[in-house]
Amino acid sequence: MHECSGVEKDIYLPRLAIVEQACLLNENKIYLRLAMNGESLDYVPGQFVEVSLAGIGEAPITIASSPTFKDGFELVVRKVGNVTNAIHKLQAGDKLGIRGPFGKGVYPVEESKGRDVVFICGGVGLAPQRSFINYILDNRDDYGDVTILLGTTCRARRFFITELQSWSKRTDIQFLETVDQGDDCWNGNVGVVTTLIPKIETKLKSAVILVCGPPVMYKFVLMALQEYGLPHENIYLNLERRMKCGVGKCGHCQINNCYVCMDGPVFRYSDLAAMPEAI
Amino acid sequence: MKLKKLTKNAFTNFIDSLIRTQSVIGVRAKGDRFDFGPLDSAKDLRLDYDVTLQPPKKFFLPPSETLLTYQTGAGYKSEYDDMEFILVGVHPYDMIAINQIDKLFSQDNYDAHYMRRRNNATIIACDVVTPSKNVFASSMGTAVVRQGYDILVTDIGDVYVVEAATEKGEKLLSKAKGAVDVSKQDLDKRQRVWDQNSLQLNKHKLKCDPSYLPKLLDMENAYTHPVWEEKGELCFACGSCNQVCPTCYCFNVQDDVNWDLKTGRRDRFWDGCMLDGFTKVAGGHEFRKHKADRFKHRLYRKAKYVPAKIGGEMACVGCGRCVSACLTDIANPVNVYNRLIEDLGTNL
Repeated sequence: MHECSGVEKDIYLPRLAIVEQACLLNENKIYLRLAMNGESLDYVPGQFVEVSLAGIGEAPITIASSPTFKDGFELVVRKVGNVTNAIHKLQAGDKLGIRGPFGKGVYPVEESKGRDVVFICGGVGLAPQRSFINYILDNRDDYGDVTILLGTTCRARRFFITELQSWSKRTDIQFLETVDQGDDCWNGNVGVVTTLIPKIETKLKSAVILVCGPPVMYKFVLMALQEYGLPHENIYLNLERRMKCGVGKCGHCQINNCYVCMDGPVFRYSDLAAMPEAI
Repeated sequence: MKLKKLTKNAFTNFIDSLIRTQSVIGVRAKGDRFDFGPLDSAKDLRLDYDVTLQPPKKFFLPPSETLLTYQTGAGYKSEYDDMEFILVGVHPYDMIAINQIDKLFSQDNYDAHYMRRRNNATIIACDVVTPSKNVFASSMGTAVVRQGYDILVTDIGDVYVVEAATEKGEKLLSKAKGAVDVSKQDLDKRQRVWDQNSLQLNKHKLKCDPSYLPKLLDMENAYTHPVWEEKGELCFACGSCNQVCPTCYCFNVQDDVNWDLKTGRRDRFWDGCMLDGFTKVAGGHEFRKHKADRFKHRLYRKAKYVPAKIGGEMACVGCGRCVSACLTDIANPVNVYNRLIEDLGTNL
């Protein structure tokens, strides 16, 4: 019989975290900086936490800060359902529940060292990617060329604007942005994020390419990258699915034989050939 | 391990003695069908049953249970059920299913809610006496079980051979009055029951060894075979198959608030991958909207994905409950797997 001493950790029990800072980034995204009573979260770029609001529920949110950020950890939450609507009402001093960090499929922090890195981000997909982007920027010498492509639906939906501005000014990274729909106040590129890919053609060849965005985006990005005959092992996709437990039991996040909460959320494109449901 | 022999009367008295001091759950008649439920008297116990309407998984993973309670601002507290109980009459295919879920809920991340209930149970399994209408355990290698139970009861005609396989089982069996030693003939008779069940519990014959199924499903044309669309077309997505399946355990988690608006709980409920919305994310996208995809996922899970997590054992135990429960008669896994075998012309 299985050993049970009666004091096993409850994998469903959240720890309490305090909102140190909460600010609305735009009409549908909120930024939270959280702290956990002096304990550090101990995560790596690409992992996610399950955020609990008592009485409302729990939602999986990928951590948006790098582990090199020492003032707690950061989340960006898009307002799109019951739990996230409630998260948008949080203020500094409020408490919420945190489980995690979860996910063994993470950004290839070690494997990318010494190599060029290309980030392709769609909308709120920028938030998870930022965890690895900021890690690289804090360890800049360990990585080669860094290119960041960002596509947002429109100017109003952009977020982390100060950070984006600083990326534009840096000479040690290349940052290109576009919006699906332009307006009178937008002077930059207009078009979906795939329209930026030909502009950085020379950066793709042996780079590690990291993609994160809404479900519909992946097909089109992969089709665009196909033109350049890149090895599938170089491309990583940060996938999402419905999650309930975050610990590989409830079955909701399963993609063919993998659980996104355990084997992901970051997957190598070469591994997805065995997972036809993935894209 | 202790082997004893008990007359049917002595066994009934034994169960009655247990009922006096402990919670005993066993198989009882429910109209002309059977189900597991609390026993008030051993005479209600029907070890000759063919199959229960629902598998005994509900005693370890209840249809709904409270995982946590909370107080707003003060955090969460785990809630556990610590009631001990005896479960009598578990058939081999159901015992094997319990063994599988034990592995899945204790490996990687240990689910203490399930495991505490599991460890609080003493299981008295029993070999099949009456084959059910749709059982195909023989095809899946689950007609006989040799581990996981505390006690195994085999009806060899006029008496029971009773095997206590664990310390818990031996302790329990020591309370049975009139237990005598078994003879070699008794054990031979027991072996004949096993041999017979290994052949006879086969109302739907699988055309290959079950260990071949992962390879079958791996074939490129299996994933795109028309059978999935054919079944999906007829499926109501009612989830009956998920509900009655001994190896289905997917669950949903939901919070609730008490009237005081200060306290509440987080509960988990049975869910089913066949149900609409199982893969729906906030924003509305559904990753398995098409019923044929859900049907395919379920059968791939039973014969390929879960086996990879439990050392190759098939996660379908051939109980036949889905075959009986399915409203449109499409759930029978053997029909689907056999169709793939025939059409893909595989070497067996």
